[in-house]
Amino acid sequence: MSDATNVKDLLIRVCVGTGGLAAGSQEVIDEFGRQLGDRGIEAEIVKKCVNKTGCRGFCAKDVLVDIIIGGKSETYQLISTDKVGRIVEEHILKGEPVKEWLVGPEYHSFHDRQTKILLKQCGHIDPEDIQAYLAIGGYEGAKKALSGKPAAVIDEIKSSGLRGRGGAGFPTGLKWEICSKAEGHPKYIICNADEGDPGAFMDRSVIEGNPHSVIEGMIIAGYAIGASYGYVYIRAEYPLAIHRLKIAISDARSRGFLGKNISGSGFDFDIRIKEGAGAFICGEETALIASIEGKRGMPRAKPPFPAHKGLWGKPTVINNVETLANLPAIITNGGKWYASIGTEKSKGTKVFALTGRIKNTGLIEVPMGISLKEIIYDIGGGCEKNRKFKAVQTGGPSGGCIPASHIDMPVDYESLMGVGSMMGSGGMVVMDETTCMVDMSKFFLSFTQSESCGKCVPCRVGTKRMLEILTRITEGKGKEGDIELLLELGTNIKATSLCGLGMSAPNPVLSTVRFFREEYEAHIREGICPASVCKALRRYVVNVEMCKMCGKCFKACPSGAITWEKKKPASIDKGKCIKCGACYEACPFSAIT
Amino acid sequence: MSDNKIKITINGTETLCNREDTILKAAKRAGVHIPTLCNDERLEPYGGCRLCIVEVKGVARPLTACTTPVAENMEVVTESDTIRKMRAHVIELLLSNHPNDCMRCEKTGDCALQNLSYEYGVDGSRYEGEKWDLPIREDNPFITYEPNKCILCGRCTRICNEVVMAGTIELTGRGFNSMPDTAFRKPRTLENCEFCGQCVSTCPTGALTDRKGRGKGRSYEMKKVKTTCSYCGTGCNFYLNVKDNKVVKVTSAYEAPVNQGNLCIKGRYGYDFIHHPDRIKTPLIRKGDKFVEASWDEALELVADKFNELIKKYGREKVGGFSSSRCTNEENYLLSKWVRCAIGSNNVDNCARV
Repeated sequence: MSDATNVKDLLIRVCVGTGGLAAGSQEVIDEFGRQLGDRGIEAEIVKKCVNKTGCRGFCAKDVLVDIIIGGKSETYQLISTDKVGRIVEEHILKGEPVKEWLVGPEYHSFHDRQTKILLKQCGHIDPEDIQAYLAIGGYEGAKKALSGKPAAVIDEIKSSGLRGRGGAGFPTGLKWEICSKAEGHPKYIICNADEGDPGAFMDRSVIEGNPHSVIEGMIIAGYAIGASYGYVYIRAEYPLAIHRLKIAISDARSRGFLGKNISGSGFDFDIRIKEGAGAFICGEETALIASIEGKRGMPRAKPPFPAHKGLWGKPTVINNVETLANLPAIITNGGKWYASIGTEKSKGTKVFALTGRIKNTGLIEVPMGISLKEIIYDIGGGCEKNRKFKAVQTGGPSGGCIPASHIDMPVDYESLMGVGSMMGSGGMVVMDETTCMVDMSKFFLSFTQSESCGKCVPCRVGTKRMLEILTRITEGKGKEGDIELLLELGTNIKATSLCGLGMSAPNPVLSTVRFFREEYEAHIREGICPASVCKALRRYVVNVEMCKMCGKCFKACPSGAITWEKKKPASIDKGKCIKCGACYEACPFSAIT
Repeated sequence: MSDNKIKITINGTETLCNREDTILKAAKRAGVHIPTLCNDERLEPYGGCRLCIVEVKGVARPLTACTTPVAENMEVVTESDTIRKMRAHVIELLLSNHPNDCMRCEKTGDCALQNLSYEYGVDGSRYEGEKWDLPIREDNPFITYEPNKCILCGRCTRICNEVVMAGTIELTGRGFNSMPDTAFRKPRTLENCEFCGQCVSTCPTGALTDRKGRGKGRSYEMKKVKTTCSYCGTGCNFYLNVKDNKVVKVTSAYEAPVNQGNLCIKGRYGYDFIHHPDRIKTPLIRKGDKFVEASWDEALELVADKFNELIKKYGREKVGGFSSSRCTNEENYLLSKWVRCAIGSNNVDNCARV
């Protein structure tokens, strides 16, 4: 058994971001506690040793565990409770890491190609301990900002070239300037943490992993525009983020970073949390304001913009979590430093939630202007099972689909808009050859349709009609003229809708028709789903050459559509086939296609 | 040019408008018609129906005239091929989820959606999808709600919340299934609704109608008689809708300076007494234990005699006049004049002061 000194130097870090928790990290922490306790190491030491950290992004390999002995760190991937015993026995007690469970080269390539500003501390510091944040220079940015004039803070942000990370990419400094000059008192700063895009969890992870960076950002923004009150509008579906944010706000208050006369600057600022009730539309700024005011979350027409007339009719700035979390680093290191990263018009880094049919799913932070190829292949490791990359959806359900032919394009605001997509909040859903583009559009449209607030006609009824047309195409009931009708609907909905949701809802359809029109035509004219996804258009046939005559398909078929005798290849009766796919799943030789 | 006036151009014609005007108001002032379904001048601009879209020079997207404030030298085009096509598309979408049963609809002839469908020559037949098939709701004596005819312009919910401030109805649900309703879809009762019928008065389609007037005549068959409400002294105006010499319903007089079309439950629905069999139509004089019908001359003579008797017996100062707050200002004035001049007393009062 190792001696007491060794145990004191032992640090175990377990990822307890949402991804980690879902993969069972709490059970792993408990197991480490039990195992170390069983071996005579006192429980209080164990408690100190096991350190909770926020998400470090590499969700595909959760649970991730760092074992740090005497400063030497090893990282394990895919750890479950049954593996803990061997790690304790061999690594902690004998000093011999379990090599086959250590992270592989993809862990390093996943992280090495990233540029981390926002996520730098996520996964490394304890988000529930303000001391950990202060130890890495936390709240220095706020102190620096408060020591100068508000106009100087605005100038610094303007020179950084930071643009809103919520989707539209409006220059942050300019937004602040407009609000700071607007007449009205009091003014408000709102942090938009109503992250609702399917597959997106950037804001969630930033708050869960480093909540103080958001609070510090809000202090800086509040000071710049002259607001002494801030709201964090966060969805109630993020309980862990809310829990950590509450701790962070309370700690910041007791340390004097929130409240009256912050750090002796004479500036008063405090923050309140408002939990959203789960409506996607409340991410739209005017709907968000309505929701805080206790009204139904519905957007209103702009102008007037919130910078002039926002919350309670007063000048208000609404910034996204990511935008705000960038501020401490920009103030500390200077706008010029930030502007040196990225492209001419898109500065700094951007966090993306990499999901879909890709090997290394997770959270990544990359410099603006990086190519799609680098993200998908170098960081993401390419598609699962080495399938062919087909397209990537950026910008969430309102974004567009970018085909493989554009893989070399840079990822920045203008380039994405140029191909009919958008930056959005940073969702990136990767599709491979087994994805049906019509089906995919249908998925995103069913989301936007059910989340439409119902206020304006094109969005409420128009997206419903588009969804119905897409549904009939995927059911093999598509008609000539359907594509044209989709285009007409899409164009009109974009042009006449009230808010960003309606204006962008048709994007997935318009972009897939633009790049994958032949797939739509195959569904309608030939009755085929090229990716074999749409159930009604699947046709199962037995490849006689591949068939080993085992009869498994025959036994699996629930509708008696398969004829088979021993030593004879099976065949499928199309009339009886209900296209359930049971034979396809049952065949061990991929003889059914 | 005064400070408050600015110059804009509508369809190539320069016009002066107020600085705080929206494009819609400025156009109305200039006599230019812009179609709209969700606008009601008593309510805050909404921008929901998207029919009032216009082109503004220098702006890529069409803007809603009802919500967009005017700006100096703004150039607005209210009608163009693109705009007309977009409007037609919106109307088409509305009609694609509408029963289109105009022939038996209560609102025919007075329906904004019907008129727009005619003006733009469209129906909803290009779309085969789902249509609402919800039952008619008649859970109260006054208001009939046919959700299938609702276009979600939000006028009913806004008038309930912005003007009446009753909070009876609000938009509920999301997406295609959004609709105005009471909280928890409970029936309207006096607990949650004032039954002022303001929602009915602003509804541009047949979704909300006056239950008592249903089936009793088309809007264009009614003789509309403007009158002042007799229930209180506020002096609200409205139109009695008369068909075959019978008052069938009450509709709003939007031009009325006192109430701008707004009414309460009494003014809008309290007209049953007009044709009620128990209504007292002549003066009654008590003879013994019974009231006996009498002529006005007979009755007035009796009252005058009694007053003279009382004055003789007790003196003029012992007599006073007390008028009702249901009287108009003119009637109150007459009473006070009569008490002071004919009786000769200064004892004049009104029940509203008590």
